[in-house]
Amino acid sequence: MNIHEFQAKQILARFGAPVPKGQPAASAAEMEAAFKALGQPRAVAKVQIHAGGRGKAGGVKIVESAAQARDFAQQMLNKPLVTHQTGPEGRIVRKLYLEEASDVARELYLAMLVDRKAERIAVVASTEGGMDIEEVAAKTPQRIITEPIDQIAGMAGFQARKIAFALGLRDKQVNQFAGLLNSMYRAFNETDASLIEINPLVVTKQGVLLCLDAKMSFDDNGLFRHPDIRELRDPNEEDPTETEAAKYDLSYVHLDGNIGCMVNGAGLAMATMDIVKYYGAEPANFLDVGGGANTEKVAAAFRILLSDHRVRGVLINIFGGIMRCDVLAQGVVEAARQVNLKVPLVVRMEGTNVDQGKKILKDSGIAVIAAADMADAARRVVEAIGGRS
Amino acid sequence: MSILVNRNTRVVTQGITGATGQLHTRACKEYGTQMVAGVVPGKGGTDFEGIPIFDTVEQARKATGCNASVIYVPPPFAADAIMEAADAGVELIVCITEGIPVLDMVKVKRYINATKSRLIGPNCPGIITPGECKIGIMPGYIHKPGKVGVVSRSGTLTYEAVYQLTQLGIGQSTCIGIGGDPIIGTGHIDALKMFNEDPDTEAVILIGEIGGTAEEEAAQYIQQNFKKPVVAFIAGQTAPKGRRMGHAGAIISGGRGTAADKIAALKAAGITVAMSPADLGSTMKQVLDARK
Repeated sequence: MNIHEFQAKQILARFGAPVPKGQPAASAAEMEAAFKALGQPRAVAKVQIHAGGRGKAGGVKIVESAAQARDFAQQMLNKPLVTHQTGPEGRIVRKLYLEEASDVARELYLAMLVDRKAERIAVVASTEGGMDIEEVAAKTPQRIITEPIDQIAGMAGFQARKIAFALGLRDKQVNQFAGLLNSMYRAFNETDASLIEINPLVVTKQGVLLCLDAKMSFDDNGLFRHPDIRELRDPNEEDPTETEAAKYDLSYVHLDGNIGCMVNGAGLAMATMDIVKYYGAEPANFLDVGGGANTEKVAAAFRILLSDHRVRGVLINIFGGIMRCDVLAQGVVEAARQVNLKVPLVVRMEGTNVDQGKKILKDSGIAVIAAADMADAARRVVEAIGGRS
Repeated sequence: MSILVNRNTRVVTQGITGATGQLHTRACKEYGTQMVAGVVPGKGGTDFEGIPIFDTVEQARKATGCNASVIYVPPPFAADAIMEAADAGVELIVCITEGIPVLDMVKVKRYINATKSRLIGPNCPGIITPGECKIGIMPGYIHKPGKVGVVSRSGTLTYEAVYQLTQLGIGQSTCIGIGGDPIIGTGHIDALKMFNEDPDTEAVILIGEIGGTAEEEAAQYIQQNFKKPVVAFIAGQTAPKGRRMGHAGAIISGGRGTAADKIAALKAAGITVAMSPADLGSTMKQVLDARK
């Protein structure tokens, strides 16, 4: 789960990290009030969307009066902002943030994440702040410092100093940096974060460290123990179909093709998308109905994938180990009746109670194209929509 | 022969009275696995269909000599259950539970690395030596005893591969689902090392997916050390970056972990890669036939 910059900064501030003073706003009037409340001659106005590249796209601006703050809000709110991370349709801006302006002397990069290879939380830092870190990693990997943290020793002082000196920090900044890493490490552990990214971390002209931007993501599996973090979810930033799917405990990811896929198991679901492509068409979605799906869940899954109007054919691929094929068939029949199915439906089933399942589909009167195996299913669905997409 | 589990394996189920624990303990017992004990704190002294239940894994181990554990405990308590089994000295711990917080697994790995126990999973279907011992949730009937080892990050995609092999008359030595999480107990390379030493495994199917760099590392290991033919498949060639594909570990992040990178690394190491998941069985057949 992702949150907005201002929410991340609020969390980090709670753990003692140095962040600029600021206030969120959702209207022109609130933005004007925020400027007055800050009481400084200059401030930075920023759009709040779950995507990077806002600055280059015009979503960040220095404002020097309450009127300018209001104007920025009027220009940005309720309109899409297109950045290199949003895709061509952009994201509708619904929230803004106004914070005090800083005099920047240096920009650094600092992040904390779970390092899969080291099987630990790791600090990632670089002197190349304010840049796209993936680009830095690709072009100048020697400028990236990675330091895994031992679970038992915690965020050790010597490690913090090692990174601080490598970043060229000196004097009081070294201890300040160690303090920041401590705050981040505690925030990471105590919120089940999966990523904290400060880009840039700046050294001001006054010589102080400040988190100028902040991004936090959380481990969905850890959210059950953080109801306060779960509250920060912004449904406006999520695909409505994916939100609907989550209600039924379905794992759904929207894609750009026109073959709707419904599969049990994540690996088989990905493989099914791949085989659709292999036979010349594009998958419209990833959809894993899980192992123990019941009729209701299958019906919901079917409705959700058909709610995408680009879908011109449906491929159901089930390998029933725990999941019974008769239950699946029942769900498909119910849903097909509810939604008045108009596109070709190819079903490949294997596993427990497969014969009962096939009989239910056959007796239902619904036009189902039965497939012998996975390749046959992919071939048939591509053929049914009139060939390659 | 086989790796890790065989007809002498004695299994304790942690979380035996939950719906999933009941269902699969029954199915494993019917398959012929020695299901010798269950553990549910507070229900010690009772039994599940004749299988004695204990309060702690330590008690279960003392009373029954169980040397493997299977865990169906819900995610908030699963990390603790893994550490309890390791503390009791259980040699093989198979954790089926999906949804364990990754920071819990960071802790578990740190703990378990200091013990002699091996962990498989979490978020996996389990391990099976066909005809001898099934620990986990895979459908037993699709398997057939034989000489191909299978190691995979996926559940149902593994069933697909196994089913294709069995349909072609090719049996399996042992099939391990290593799990779809970012931090897991036994990785591809660990499994490959064991298959390398197993005289009755002739060839291996390796199924990977997007996310992390485990397949790239496995490719390197195979090229340098593995003596037997490997057929691989990588799921997620059509997955967009930055999106989690069901499994917590299946995500392309920072431009790394793509299927294309993994396939390139495997091919560069001389490994046969099936480009379609429907060709796993037939590709293995060709590889085996060519050796005859």
